Amino acid sequence: MAQLESSFKNMLLVLTGITLFAAITLSSVYTLTKEPIAASKIAKQQNAIKEVLPPFDHLDANPIEETEGVETTKIFKAYDKANNFVGAAVEATSNNGFSGKIIIMVGFDKKGSIVNYSVLEQKETPGLGTKMVDWFKTEKGNQNIVRKNMQTTNLTVAKDGGEVDAISGATISSRAFLFAVRNAYFAYEKQNQGTSQGEVNEAKSTLMKDSTTLN
Amino acid sequence: MNKNSNLKVFLNGFIKENPIFVLVLGMCPTLATTSSAENGLGMGLATTFVLFGSNVVVSLIKSIIPDKVRIPSYIVIIATFVTVVEMVMQAFVPALYESLGLFIPLIVVNCIVLGRAEAFASKNSVLKSSLDGLGMGLGFAFGLTLLGSMREILGTGKVFGLTLFPDKYGMLIFVLAPGAFIALGYLIAVMNKFKKV
Repeated sequence: MAQLESSFKNMLLVLTGITLFAAITLSSVYTLTKEPIAASKIAKQQNAIKEVLPPFDHLDANPIEETEGVETTKIFKAYDKANNFVGAAVEATSNNGFSGKIIIMVGFDKKGSIVNYSVLEQKETPGLGTKMVDWFKTEKGNQNIVRKNMQTTNLTVAKDGGEVDAISGATISSRAFLFAVRNAYFAYEKQNQGTSQGEVNEAKSTLMKDSTTLN
Repeated sequence: MNKNSNLKVFLNGFIKENPIFVLVLGMCPTLATTSSAENGLGMGLATTFVLFGSNVVVSLIKSIIPDKVRIPSYIVIIATFVTVVEMVMQAFVPALYESLGLFIPLIVVNCIVLGRAEAFASKNSVLKSSLDGLGMGLGFAFGLTLLGSMREILGTGKVFGLTLFPDKYGMLIFVLAPGAFIALGYLIAVMNKFKKV
């Protein structure tokens, strides 16, 4: 078959045909993958919640969402069988990472101590910043943040006067990670008894200031 | 005879015209996604699928595409396949999708894909084009996996999650961008040494 002539009519018809066909293909694939994509996101979130919390029976039906500036935190409260509050998992974000957003899930028990954490999303340098996935739960020096409580421990990197050892060679990633942890804690505190509103805000603004000057 | 030439088309992409080591095409994903063997393999397979699909479609409809709009047509076809790969990956292998991130959509502008559509698929039969797409794609995947494993072993002492030696003896530079250039340079040198000229 000879090549179609490049007349205006032919070009118009062919391009319209191709794009139309592409649109149909894409919309059908989109419909097919929509549910698995949503399901895998939810599964990831649920797994993270289970990983970071003490054993619990059920979660609050609706997570509490809070947006402050560009950072959104989501709080998932967990209860045992007798409906007693056992702790909360908080999803927090930091935009100060070495290459983009870091999203973590931090679990707190009812006293506000960190139970565990899980990194949901990060694009840090492989071999350096990516170590955050388990660096801050390894018992070595002062790098562990598990079982620490913000009320008694200053969760910033040692370089900034805090009590946590940063990942060697990845101070920026460590700062961003701890920033998200602190955010999670403030969001958690705000939802719970203990510190009054004013104190939290005050503490938060000082820490925010710290991290902006230091970055 | 005919069968032989088909095989030749397929094997061409593997060694004689390996997209990475010989044609030196598609360097952006090559250097950026090979920080580990797994990422390299994932990227390579995604590209293989796109190459295969676009080669087949382009050679199927090559005679009804007017010459003046062939490039836009190819791009639309390629972009469609890339978007399909992206959505399927996001749905079924979310972990890989996350680590490859931005580089999946960038397959659209990978010069190997458009290059093969223009240079091969638009002039050859469907069978040959599909073999060429597969061969080139697998050659690319092979190159990426090799480079990825080399960088991962030298950088972290692991390959495909298997620890060969402790992390602390790894040379971090190989996981970072400069290491990609160094490792690629050595691999090309080795390939040239063994290739019959």
